[in-house]
Amino acid sequence: MSEIADKVKKIVVEHLGVEESKVTPEASFIDDLGADSLDTVELVMAFEEAFNVEIPEDAAEKITTVKDAIDYIEKQKVA
Amino acid sequence: MNVSNRERAGLLLSAGLNSERRRVVVTGMGIVGPLGLGVENVWSRLTAGESGIGRITQFDPSDLPAQIAGEVPQGPTSEGKLTLEEWVPVKDQRKMDRFIHMGLVAATEAVEDSGWKPQSEEDKCRTGVMIGSGIGGLQTIYDASITVHEGRARRLSPFFIPSALINLVSGHVSIKYGFQGPNHSVVTACASGVHAIGDAARLIMFGDADVMVAGGAEATVCPLGIAGFCSARALSTGFNETPQAASRPWDKDRDGFVMGEGSGVVVLEEYEHAKARGAKIYGEIIGYGMSGDAYHITAPAEGHYGAYRAMRAAIQSAGLTPADIQYVNAHGTSTMADDMELEAVERLFGDDARTVAMSSTKSATGHLLGAAGAVEAIFSILAIRDNVAPPTLNLDNPSRESVIDRVAHTAQQRQINVALSNSFGFGGTNASLIVRGV
Repeated sequence: MSEIADKVKKIVVEHLGVEESKVTPEASFIDDLGADSLDTVELVMAFEEAFNVEIPEDAAEKITTVKDAIDYIEKQKVA
Repeated sequence: MNVSNRERAGLLLSAGLNSERRRVVVTGMGIVGPLGLGVENVWSRLTAGESGIGRITQFDPSDLPAQIAGEVPQGPTSEGKLTLEEWVPVKDQRKMDRFIHMGLVAATEAVEDSGWKPQSEEDKCRTGVMIGSGIGGLQTIYDASITVHEGRARRLSPFFIPSALINLVSGHVSIKYGFQGPNHSVVTACASGVHAIGDAARLIMFGDADVMVAGGAEATVCPLGIAGFCSARALSTGFNETPQAASRPWDKDRDGFVMGEGSGVVVLEEYEHAKARGAKIYGEIIGYGMSGDAYHITAPAEGHYGAYRAMRAAIQSAGLTPADIQYVNAHGTSTMADDMELEAVERLFGDDARTVAMSSTKSATGHLLGAAGAVEAIFSILAIRDNVAPPTLNLDNPSRESVIDRVAHTAQQRQINVALSNSFGFGGTNASLIVRGV
């Protein structure tokens, strides 16, 4: 797993208080990891902070799974 | 003061209501505060004459004139201390200010104590919550302000607002237990706790609910809270080296109140409802009175007629006379206003002042602001249960003599059937509650 993926996973575990094993790439923040809409707002902020990227609202809305987050951040980091 | 025709009408009205209104009893109680966790633990420490005041540990208070407070002791539950993660899941803690943590702890204790766990939709809809706070999420607001000040407004937590809002204690308690009845809150500074219990009792009397979880919560032992009350010249500053001597109601050397934190919550229940389910009944709310000073934002008027009118209204609503009351839990914050309250009680009780005991438990707990009235209502109920008047610590030399026994230093065994508890708040708001055994 990439460094970015590791870091994303760590942030999700920390913020949602879930077990690491549950944070699979396909896991949905809301459906699988017990987040509500405010949790997802906070998660996106944490990603922005940790990776020093801007995630605009329309992009943030599309980040619903762990993989979505990793993919988005990796793309930003390459660009 | 003569009783006017209008007051006579009020007396008749409340007497009329008395015969018909639904009775409200207390079936569960919870406390977390400077004397620790758990009603029985706190009560035994209080009546043993222990103090919960010490040097502030939550932040370094060295820069401030007041460096002491009544903080909730952290530690194992078995020692009567608070281990927060046993009460609020770690992942939820950062979504709430500390005052909400406090309220959730005391409410959980009270609800578990009452045994009221409604399963049916109807029962849940007949159960409400009214927990107040004087100030709310002050530290949360402070932290968020810094985020904005640093130009990071877009990084503000989405939980900032719901963490700071006062009515969110009621919100969280309702979510935890599924209580779908009236969900309300009270903000009347240091009278919030008494107002919440009194107002919630009236909701039950008037049929809006059968059960109400009511009380107050506060957590302002933070730089902004201490500095703010220091600026208002309200806090004790002369006892930083001897914290346990700082809260000294009615004593001539008192120099301000000591901030406390925590929460008191009771489960109020309609009498027949409580009886039908075989609930244990601690006591009954029989009187409630309110008034406004219309005088000054922080100081009571000479003679404290606002306090007098609140107490008188409570006694009238209970259909009693002062002679029926054996114990008064005073507002008594360890400020200049102590003697004004004393004078108001003397005036109201007249010759009966010789037989009443009045103490200020803030001498041991400090002043829990919006939680004070709720914690002290619980102490008043326990005073009746055990026939014990808790002590006023540090009352070495009263600044004003009185025929009223102020229970200096040590608790007293006395016959107590009816107790009155006072709370007064900035803005000139006054509330009195009367409880009796059942």
